[in-house]
Amino acid sequence: MSEGESPESLEDLDSRLRDARAARRPTASDATPGGAMSGFGMALRIGTELVAALIVGVGIGLVLDGWLGTAPWLLVVFFFLGSAAGVVNVYRHASGFGISPGYRKPGEGEDRQDPPRGS
Amino acid sequence: MANPLQQFEIQTLVPIKLGAVDVSFTNSALFMVLSVAVTTLFLTLSMRGRALVPGRWQSLAELSYEFIAATIRENVGSEGRRYFPFIFSIFMFILLGNLLGLLPYGFTFTSHIIVTFAMALMVIVVITVIALMRHGLRFFTYFFPPGVPIAMAPILVPIEVISYLSRVVSLSIRLFANMMAGHTMMKVFAGFIIPLGVFGWWAPLAVDVALTGFEFLVAVLQAYVFTVLTCIYLHDAIHLH
Repeated sequence: MSEGESPESLEDLDSRLRDARAARRPTASDATPGGAMSGFGMALRIGTELVAALIVGVGIGLVLDGWLGTAPWLLVVFFFLGSAAGVVNVYRHASGFGISPGYRKPGEGEDRQDPPRGS
Repeated sequence: MANPLQQFEIQTLVPIKLGAVDVSFTNSALFMVLSVAVTTLFLTLSMRGRALVPGRWQSLAELSYEFIAATIRENVGSEGRRYFPFIFSIFMFILLGNLLGLLPYGFTFTSHIIVTFAMALMVIVVITVIALMRHGLRFFTYFFPPGVPIAMAPILVPIEVISYLSRVVSLSIRLFANMMAGHTMMKVFAGFIIPLGVFGWWAPLAVDVALTGFEFLVAVLQAYVFTVLTCIYLHDAIHLH
């Protein structure tokens, strides 16, 4: 290996490394959990989200009722809160907010696939 | 016809009693141990050569490592790297659990909701602890973001808390339902083969062959979905929007 050749090949290596790193950067389309799935998979997921929140709400209502002796009022209250949470889950999932709780502007959830480094 | 749900029955292999608690070693526990043992053997034996140019087994192990590393990089970001062992263990445990259950006489422990529920609960508890460690009390702005009128709190906070807790349920139901539905369907169709006799036997058999291939897809896909959702929840815990 001669003296003149080595820095050139290092630069070459650098540029190839940069290219490889750029190629590794994920694209927004292929990394969404629902992205690879069909519409049926999406429907299944949305149904699960809806029912899951309802189960949690009714469960909390039943437990609190049994604990505080207020049957059936807390069950009624938490049934409706659970349904609301289910609709919120579905809305967030379907409109691309991501599936995390909390409020964000439309489109903000899309940064998930490319999170800011070191934030 | 054989009972299609018989495959999900828990059989006690070694009865153990701890006080009043039944902690017997069951077929479910046996397959969990097998899953861990096969994962450990697979990774240690295949990497024993440490060849620069990997052979078949080594490249299989490296592929699974790279696959999960890429999933974490895409869904969590660079901060997610330190949680790699956690995510990788979850993925391999579920994947082997699903695949070992496809073997004849196998038992699929992921087809029991209490198993998947316990795993989902562990994931959410770990992630909540990570979020609390990283953000402290600021984590609770998750449930009541700043700028919202205080009058909304009585409705908003319970809805957000239920929404947060429903992750455990939806994560566990998804894995359990997929595994149980597929296995039941296979047994139901298999039960039709003999009663249909000489003329009709091929139809349910053909369906079962197709379903077997489909079950392999579901086994791998559901392990992946569980892992990706864990990664996404981990991302939320780390970045907290």
